[in-house]
Amino acid sequence: MLLETFRLAVHAIFRNALRSFLTVLGIVIGVASVIAMVTIGQGSQVRVTRDVESLGTNTVMVVPGQGGMRQGGFTADRPFTVADAEAIQENLATVAIAAPYNITGITAVYGNQNHFTQLVGATTALMDAMNWSIAEGRAFTEAEERAGRPVCVLGQTVREELFGSIPPLGQTLRLESLACEVIGILEPKGATSFGEDQDDTVAIPLKTFQRRIAGNDDVSIIFIEARSDVSTARAIRDIEALMRDRRRISPGEEDDFSVIDMKQIASILTGITSVLTGLLSAVAGVSLLVGGIGIMNIMLVSVTERTREIGIRLAVGAQARQVLMQFLVEAIVLSLLGGVMGTALGLALGALGAHLMSIPFTPDPFVILVAFAFSAGVGVIFGYFPARRAARMDPIEALRHQ
Amino acid sequence: MDRKADPPQIALRGITRVYGTGEAMVRALRGIDLTVEAGDFLAIMGPSGSGKSTAMNVIGCLDTPSGGSYHFQGVDVSALNRDQRALLRRNYLGFVFQGYNLLPRTSALDNVELPLIYKGLPRARRIAMAQEALEKVGLANRAHHDPSELSGGQQQRVAIARALAGRPGVILADEPTGNLDTTRSREIMDLLTELNRDDGITIVMVTHEEDMAEYARRHVNFLDGRIAEDHQHDSPGG
Repeated sequence: MLLETFRLAVHAIFRNALRSFLTVLGIVIGVASVIAMVTIGQGSQVRVTRDVESLGTNTVMVVPGQGGMRQGGFTADRPFTVADAEAIQENLATVAIAAPYNITGITAVYGNQNHFTQLVGATTALMDAMNWSIAEGRAFTEAEERAGRPVCVLGQTVREELFGSIPPLGQTLRLESLACEVIGILEPKGATSFGEDQDDTVAIPLKTFQRRIAGNDDVSIIFIEARSDVSTARAIRDIEALMRDRRRISPGEEDDFSVIDMKQIASILTGITSVLTGLLSAVAGVSLLVGGIGIMNIMLVSVTERTREIGIRLAVGAQARQVLMQFLVEAIVLSLLGGVMGTALGLALGALGAHLMSIPFTPDPFVILVAFAFSAGVGVIFGYFPARRAARMDPIEALRHQ
Repeated sequence: MDRKADPPQIALRGITRVYGTGEAMVRALRGIDLTVEAGDFLAIMGPSGSGKSTAMNVIGCLDTPSGGSYHFQGVDVSALNRDQRALLRRNYLGFVFQGYNLLPRTSALDNVELPLIYKGLPRARRIAMAQEALEKVGLANRAHHDPSELSGGQQQRVAIARALAGRPGVILADEPTGNLDTTRSREIMDLLTELNRDDGITIVMVTHEEDMAEYARRHVNFLDGRIAEDHQHDSPGG
């Protein structure tokens, strides 16, 4: 009997294929968006983790202030100096590299072209540690670094934006009041998982940055790589102790700097991504609900339209339960069809999104199952009311219905 | 079979049917007594509003009377609930309507199969029985046509096949020839007569056409919710 009911439902659905399709469109969109969101969200998490791991799991950043990355970025707390980095490098056995650097946003100008980019005041040590390799030209020399010479190395994006087809080496780039010679081009690195273009950058020697851009001796970040044979946690303890000492923080007082473990950042980022994914999926879930209401609406219309059919069925001996099942199964089959189409569409969108955002495509069978079960649930819940109305019809009235 | 030992197939005693209350109250049936034995062929006649359709609905277990008693083959129908009445219709009654009432966009065979689905018969058996019923009404070659591809007379014959398919004891026909021309009407009446004569199916037919009533063996005339006249009639076709 159930098989018959199912056959009947499929028959009824395909008897009016266009309307059935429009009816389930809401479910299709709902399921598709949930699956696409979750797929893309999980892909980004995989990407974030991978990115951070590529930086090296033994990498830590020291920044002034206690907010760190968690509360609105860097604070106005006492900055570091080059001496701090040197002290870390020299005094701590657990640290392999400690490289100071500065970052600011700046407008780079060449001829009549200008481009807002990120200016890094760096040392060759830092550039080595961060795997910045030179594609054309050369890096800074030690002499240039020590003297704070006006020389710069460009990322690919800056080169394209400002120079186009002109060979940039030897040209003069203007950064605010600083005119500096382009001596090298960086190897392209692509975008980070934050969506930040790593090639949209200009590097000048740290000393040049301090003198000509900032006008002080401050260092805003110290990039540290712990030795590979010690744990990052131990290195962090050492760095904290040393910095507290250097900054004369008395026992019991809180740090006025933060040591950020990149692994921690990875987990924070993963957390943010999963919250975002959750939120977007919830919004998508609402469209599933709306889709369900759409199904109820059309099923109600359908029940009214098919009043006479219901009358005929009752006359030939259908019981209320059988009529109820007929319409309920029809609603469920409809929403499951929507679920199937939505799953296909969602996976396609997820794959497309993953491709465009260059993140891995990681479909999750569990999510697909849940979206599927949800769409069946929508069919049951929103199909019940119209089906009950059909089942309760008076056969005489129904047969008389025009 | 000793008929006298059996209860009558249909026994209505003092049936009343009232719609609405107070000022708007309509008394459609004001006390009907009617006994129909198995194998009978009844024509129920009367002006519109005389209660003949209401009586048909009561007999067909589609409507419940306000008062009186209705026994179908000895079973008190008024004691049955909605679902039990559906079972009674499914197993013992066949309906033929003036407007055919076939499912649109559904083949003749599928229409005829409908009551058999609710009987829970296996598919192969249902198709065989539906095919057999279509053969009986002379439409075996139209089994896969939609109602829209059939003439009115053919549609009504499909409807009769549907009523027949479940092998009921009684066929209730409400103005079965109301929408048909004389020739088609006669074909339908010949078919009903044949079913009554050859298969012993009881036919209760509502009609307002004297010509069609001629086919019946018994005439019951309704007037103002009462039976005004109930007499045997020698059908010419018989």
